[in-house]
Amino acid sequence: MLCDVCKCNDAAVFLTQILEGKMQKVNLCDACSKEKGVQDPTGFALADLLLGIGAAEEIEKGAPTQKCPVCGFTQADFKKTGRLGCSACYTTFAEGLNTLLKAMHKGTEHVGKLPERAHRTMELSDRMRTLTKSLEKAVAEENYETAASLRDQIKQLEHQLASSP
Amino acid sequence: MSTGGEWLRGEGPHHQIVISSRVRFARNLRDRAFPGWAKKAERMAILDLIKPRVEELPEMQDSFSELLQDLSAMEKQVLVERHLISREHAAKGVGSAVVMNRRQTLSIMINEEDHLRMQSIRSGLQLKAAFKLVDKVDSTLEHKLEFAYDQRLGYLTACPTNVGTGMRASAMLHLPGLVLSELINQVIQAVSKIGLAVRGLYGEGTEAMGNLFQISNQTTLGEKEDEIISRLSKVIETIIEKEHDARQVLIQKKSNTLWDQIGRAYGVLTYAHAMTSKEALNLLSIIKLGVDLGAFPEDRRLPIDELFIDTQPAHLQKSSQQKLNAEERDYLRAQIIRERLKVFPKPDISKMARESDNGSTSRPSNNE
Repeated sequence: MLCDVCKCNDAAVFLTQILEGKMQKVNLCDACSKEKGVQDPTGFALADLLLGIGAAEEIEKGAPTQKCPVCGFTQADFKKTGRLGCSACYTTFAEGLNTLLKAMHKGTEHVGKLPERAHRTMELSDRMRTLTKSLEKAVAEENYETAASLRDQIKQLEHQLASSP
Repeated sequence: MSTGGEWLRGEGPHHQIVISSRVRFARNLRDRAFPGWAKKAERMAILDLIKPRVEELPEMQDSFSELLQDLSAMEKQVLVERHLISREHAAKGVGSAVVMNRRQTLSIMINEEDHLRMQSIRSGLQLKAAFKLVDKVDSTLEHKLEFAYDQRLGYLTACPTNVGTGMRASAMLHLPGLVLSELINQVIQAVSKIGLAVRGLYGEGTEAMGNLFQISNQTTLGEKEDEIISRLSKVIETIIEKEHDARQVLIQKKSNTLWDQIGRAYGVLTYAHAMTSKEALNLLSIIKLGVDLGAFPEDRRLPIDELFIDTQPAHLQKSSQQKLNAEERDYLRAQIIRERLKVFPKPDISKMARESDNGSTSRPSNNE
């Protein structure tokens, strides 16, 4: 059996972890197990290793030359480290990451704490949706006076949204 | 920083079994390279941006703030042994820092794997209290720093395993009863099936040294912070009950083995002249169990809890003010233990038997 990391030496270290009833296995050669810190159980998390290997495969499904426009991070870097380059990488590599996150987490969407800033933006976009709907309705009903007022409000809101991060 | 933190005093709820509770948040600045990817100059710029904001927090009024490059290897290791910084953070140099309050209940690592790792550590089962503190600090900081946040994915982190809440909540449990009755692997498996992780604090599974285990949430996306905390607290309360049950069964069915173990641990710790870290942890764990069961007076609890930390390699070197090799450490470790145990009475088995008649000393109640 070949090592899952270097794929050239014979595997000598066999790791198994049961996660949410799913068994995951990793086979490593001596050199790779040392490099990954498997010999030191205190500093080692199988999840990280599994993540590194599995994650790289997932992300490879995307375009191979993709590079993060903000930080210059590539998929090859992710394969090496199992970590991303910056927050914008989540957008750049969204396609591959989504599958990975789905397998890794309980859900696919954040339901916890919002920073106040994000909270404000969310309120603004909620109001924007309501206003747009009202505008469509007003136009359909040929209620042009209301429509004009709504359009002004939307413009103002767009301005606010653009200035909030 | 000369003495241990508040969590070492061991006065929190269920402190016999739950040594400490910890909650940490991972946060990053928007569109700035994560510490592992950032070049040195950018890491330093990020540090300059974050550090003053952290130092001016009301919670950090009386704080200890150090650049990692200004700490010696031994000082870093002392912080690791007190769980105030991570092993990964200790390996950092230029461009990283740590800020912590004097009570050592709050510690903030700058440029660890993420730009900010904020953690609160409390004695006993106090996950909610730990959460509240970190949450408050996070809310203060977000007014001054723009955190990387996505409407759908939540807080964005260097490692995708932390994305969402960016929160890891954990508790350190002392489970000699479950280990001695060989039930620990069952517990570990059951817990891992519900999306929580258990690992030995030092070493894995039944090999865990000092019968110390850490239980934490495995996932961070798709569940609210308070849900994660209450789920974890409930599971910990169940484990506490199982540990008490295991101890009762041991007292009733295997009392001779139990008294023998406690007696031997006492004998070896009192008279040995060389002791490895592993042996010390395992024997101290048995003495701690002895205190829980009444074989030693309650006021001996703190000295034992302190020995768990004071016999760790860096703490030993700190106390002797010099770098020691493994052999020298083993001698010094044994010497410190012998000295502290001088004032320790012999184990009183009759007291232990009485304790067992009264049932276990403290059952979990739902006060968390």
